[in-house]
Amino acid sequence: MDLGFFPTLTFENRKRNAKELAEIALVIRRDIINSLVLAKSGHSGGPLGISDFMASLFFGGYMKYNPQDATWAERDRFVFSAGHYCPVQYSCLARAGYFPVEELATLRKFGSRLQGHPGREVKLPGIETSSGSLGQGISIAVGMAISDNLIDKNNRKVFAVTGDGELQEGSCWEAAMSAAQFKLDNLCWIVDNNDCQIDGRVRDVMSIYPIAQKFEAFGFDAITIDGHNFEQIFEALDMFVSNHANKIRKPTVIILQTKMGRGVSFMEDNYEWHGKPPTPAEAEIALEQLI
Amino acid sequence: MKIEPLKLLGSKPTRHGFGEGLVALGEENENVVVLGADITGSVLTSFFQNRFPERFFSIGIAEQNATTIAVGLALSGKIPFFSSYSAFAAFRNADQMRISVCYNEANVKIGGGHSGITVGPDGATHQSLEEISFLRSLPNMTLIVPCDYHEAKKATIAAGRMTGPVYIRFGRSAVPMFTTEETPFEIGKAQIFREGSDIAIIACGLMVWQALLAAEELEKRKGISARVINLATIKPIDVETVTLAARQCGVIVTAEEHQIFGGMGSAVAEVVVKNCPVPMEFIGIPDRFGESGEPDELLEKLGLTWREIYNGCLTALKRKKSEFSSFRRPTDLTFENKEV
Ligand SMILES: Cc1ncc(C[n+]2csc(CCOP(=O)(O)OP(=O)(O)O)c2C)c(N)n1
Repeated sequence: MDLGFFPTLTFENRKRNAKELAEIALVIRRDIINSLVLAKSGHSGGPLGISDFMASLFFGGYMKYNPQDATWAERDRFVFSAGHYCPVQYSCLARAGYFPVEELATLRKFGSRLQGHPGREVKLPGIETSSGSLGQGISIAVGMAISDNLIDKNNRKVFAVTGDGELQEGSCWEAAMSAAQFKLDNLCWIVDNNDCQIDGRVRDVMSIYPIAQKFEAFGFDAITIDGHNFEQIFEALDMFVSNHANKIRKPTVIILQTKMGRGVSFMEDNYEWHGKPPTPAEAEIALEQLI
Repeated sequence: MKIEPLKLLGSKPTRHGFGEGLVALGEENENVVVLGADITGSVLTSFFQNRFPERFFSIGIAEQNATTIAVGLALSGKIPFFSSYSAFAAFRNADQMRISVCYNEANVKIGGGHSGITVGPDGATHQSLEEISFLRSLPNMTLIVPCDYHEAKKATIAAGRMTGPVYIRFGRSAVPMFTTEETPFEIGKAQIFREGSDIAIIACGLMVWQALLAAEELEKRKGISARVINLATIKPIDVETVTLAARQCGVIVTAEEHQIFGGMGSAVAEVVVKNCPVPMEFIGIPDRFGESGEPDELLEKLGLTWREIYNGCLTALKRKKSEFSSFRRPTDLTFENKEV
């Protein structure tokens, strides 16, 4: 089956079922493979692992945004603190209609708006902040949530994703402290717990476990789910939405138990795929599996 | 002293010199220990980890903690090396380096890898272009930017043998190799890699090879005799060699894979203005962030090749002859003489 490189499909953000979202997640995964193989460098594993969650968040009706007006004053904001995950964000933004999907082919190339790590300087619509130095985006998200909840007192939400290795940065826990202190029930912190980082298993490099108990001790409402089970993803996001609506005066953290490289047999749960792209031959096999 | 012309001997990343230097140090001194911050296979502290697993400690992605743990180890008589990308090993831990490393005069060595724009497609966030400015302003710090693989290895070994804080800046991609095991290296001593009397080009890192290429072209096309100085140790700076270059050549061009503001060129200018003011030109990054691209492409597009050095030399020489110099912004890369 010839999928074309980046077939132009766009998806609007509305309430969907698991089956529809699983199909969108496949489109996102193919975009990741296709853009990385052209880029000849970049991160395959994390982005593939979080695609099911990203499909749900961007296209499951959970986030308020407007691709025609990227800086719409009422939008919810999304921050990838783990900036190296950006290929999955670029795919979501393109598929939502922020910019042409063909632009995904320019990932990491000179002059592209799709920088190797998100750059606000290059003005790609939908990118709220530069990130790439681990442990900073999450504090930026806390600042956004303070602005919304305590100063402007509006109804906006902030979603932010960190890796699990990223939690080794002490500043993440400074962010956690302040999110609880300021009772940021408009903040949804997502931890992609694939237990992989560059040097190996997170528990071997420097353990961050137990994750949920740590966040709870900091004052979060924590939920741990299978990050590839759409029903559980809906349950977790619904929990945050209701926490926000009911003003529970606590931030929410969703701990996604995922498999790095999910969907591509030879990448799955293998930390060696943290930071490399598939070769053209590997990409061909990957794309056959992502149907 | 007769200087043998340097020849291209191949290419190899400077990080290999760092990784191999660490193993050599580990062999000669059992107090040498290494701290990792997740990217050990990139900065090649993995060589040391494989050889001496009991003297390697994985700290995780926690550069501030790793830097200060290193201080604790140093204050207990160990010789700790900590390495990560320069973007995180020079800035994330800036306060720790200033107070805990330098103010303690702690015997901590930091290896800043994947430096400069040649880290390539990762983009601006990972392209550290400011650490020379910061690190050379820290009291007690020794700062070395080796020009090739062999020099990186020698610098690493020399850093481990001296007492006090040292930062070694090295890169990711393969770069020309033109010194040999026999080329002398001493911390604090600049080396004349090519004799010349009309102009002096002072360079560090991968720009040293470009400076040699530019000097050759100046000779061939214009009969200009350019001295090329490898300023591997940026701090403490070799005042004598720099001052002599100003005095004997009367004009200086500096070249570095780093911001112009506050970089190696600025360090040279401080010496020159004080001891023997002469016209200078600065080749480097003109007050902007980097961006994604292939390393060679970025060097071309951001103006870090022998051509910019060549054009900079012609412009500087013109200023040497006409007695006055017109005012130009330091970031202005439009040279009056643009021949190549
Ligand atoms: C402050 C900082 N230190 C180091 C790095 C280099 N780095 C990029 S990704 C990464 C590993 C991140 O691990 P994790 O958060 O678990 O992400 P995953 O491996 O699942 O993609 C590291 C160390 C960085 N980007 N920022």
